[in-house]
Amino acid sequence: MIASIEALGHFITSRVERLGLAARFSGAILLVLWVSIRRTSLIIRELYFSGVRSLSIIAVSGLFVGMVLAVQGYEVLQRYGSAESLGVIVALSLVRELGPVVTALLFAGRASSAVTAEIALMRATEQLAAMDMMAVDPLSRVGAPRFLAAILSMPLLAAIFTSAGICGAWIIGVKLIGIDDGAFWSQMQANVDVRIDVLNGLLKSIVFGTAVGLISVFEGYFAVPTTEGIASATTRTVVISSLSVLLLDLVLTVMMFRGLS
Amino acid sequence: MASHEPSAMITMKGVRFSYADRQILNGIDLTVAKGEIVAVMGGSGGGKTTLLGLIAGRLKPQSGSVIVDGLDVPHLKKAELYGLRRRIGMLFQFGALFTDLNVFDNVAFPYREQTDLPEAMIRTLVLMKLEAVGLRGAQALMPAELSGGMARRVALARAVALDPSVMLYDEPFTGLDPISVGIIGRLIKRLNRALGMTSIIVTHDLNETLRLADRVIVLSGGQVHRDMVPEDIRATDDPFIRQFADGLPDGPVPFHYPVMDYVTELMGP
Repeated sequence: MIASIEALGHFITSRVERLGLAARFSGAILLVLWVSIRRTSLIIRELYFSGVRSLSIIAVSGLFVGMVLAVQGYEVLQRYGSAESLGVIVALSLVRELGPVVTALLFAGRASSAVTAEIALMRATEQLAAMDMMAVDPLSRVGAPRFLAAILSMPLLAAIFTSAGICGAWIIGVKLIGIDDGAFWSQMQANVDVRIDVLNGLLKSIVFGTAVGLISVFEGYFAVPTTEGIASATTRTVVISSLSVLLLDLVLTVMMFRGLS
Repeated sequence: MASHEPSAMITMKGVRFSYADRQILNGIDLTVAKGEIVAVMGGSGGGKTTLLGLIAGRLKPQSGSVIVDGLDVPHLKKAELYGLRRRIGMLFQFGALFTDLNVFDNVAFPYREQTDLPEAMIRTLVLMKLEAVGLRGAQALMPAELSGGMARRVALARAVALDPSVMLYDEPFTGLDPISVGIIGRLIKRLNRALGMTSIIVTHDLNETLRLADRVIVLSGGQVHRDMVPEDIRATDDPFIRQFADGLPDGPVPFHYPVMDYVTELMGP
């Protein structure tokens, strides 16, 4: 009994300690951000690895999600005789929710896990220590550019995901089902608001990018430098990032869209 | 602040360090003069690498003082510490080359990060360093394409890029073939003389140590067990050093990890 209480206490204190460490790490990375912002070549390199190389998976996923939304949406809308609203339904779903959320989940699996593994391996092979010994702060040289790349690439990838999704819905709705092309686009144009929908979606992406970027760099930085340590750090990045994105999405959605209608 | 002799580059006094509840260093007193090559030997887990970490300011002692080039290392602010580290080079056990950069870019890294030199001058300096370690021809190779000995030589070229006044070597001969050991050993001695450096070498390689070092420090039980010139090592009858020098499996450093009696364990409780 006492042992299990002890174990519970240890579990809670270790989690709180880790949370404190993460908070301090976030502060430290924000402090070196202004140095890293000027190192554009490093940020561009990370944008390529995290952003550009995620393009294909994001675009293809967006296309399929849009197609599925069109099929499912049409089934429901035609019952009420408003199949022409397919464009606006798909666009709102993608711009407000699915674009930012699914992009962030895919980004966590594709790019953030790689960032964690890369930083953890650099730590295990003493590359970070070597950098530190050369009076180069590893946090501003390695951590901050990857963090910034996540913040910058997330909204762009979400925009690409959303665009590909709308194209997918157009292919299914207009080309295959036969919904009127003009109605598809004009209803979308009339009902998707730049500030309420597009900007809020963009804001969500930036918040998700910040969270996922921080988690991936933190987990890599503090990974146990062993094979198992790196593997579990990579897994933790994907799990914690995904849960954080879903939780943040709930909070942001309530804040942004509650009472709008 | 502890006293620091004018000719001393590194002074450690009463340094204690522990990881959690495990005492690693238990009152180290050590002085290294400018231009000296000092080898630090001792059993595995005996605190040799920790000693380098303390000198470089990567670890903070629980008590005692560490003075390097007149600076009180544990109490330096980050900017001051980085200022000192620009004058300290370190060769890591397995080189720690940046795997995403080729040989040339690895050696160019300190110049690009720490100086405003034009790229043409950086190129000249990098080629000079690579020539010194005999790897100018390997400048385009990636670290994964190098042998262990070559990687260690590239790491050495990178470590001495900014002409440091102190060089720290963490087991530079580990895992190398005898030819590579000889090459690295000669390079260490030549660079130390050419650049007027002070060197501390943590090593297990007794033969190379005797060839290289001006002085040998033997650590045991977290303290300086012996401080002697290399010639005395062969002649000494100190049981710890004899076990170390002759590679004996058992002695002051026991073969068995602390455990209950063998027969008692086999017979069961």
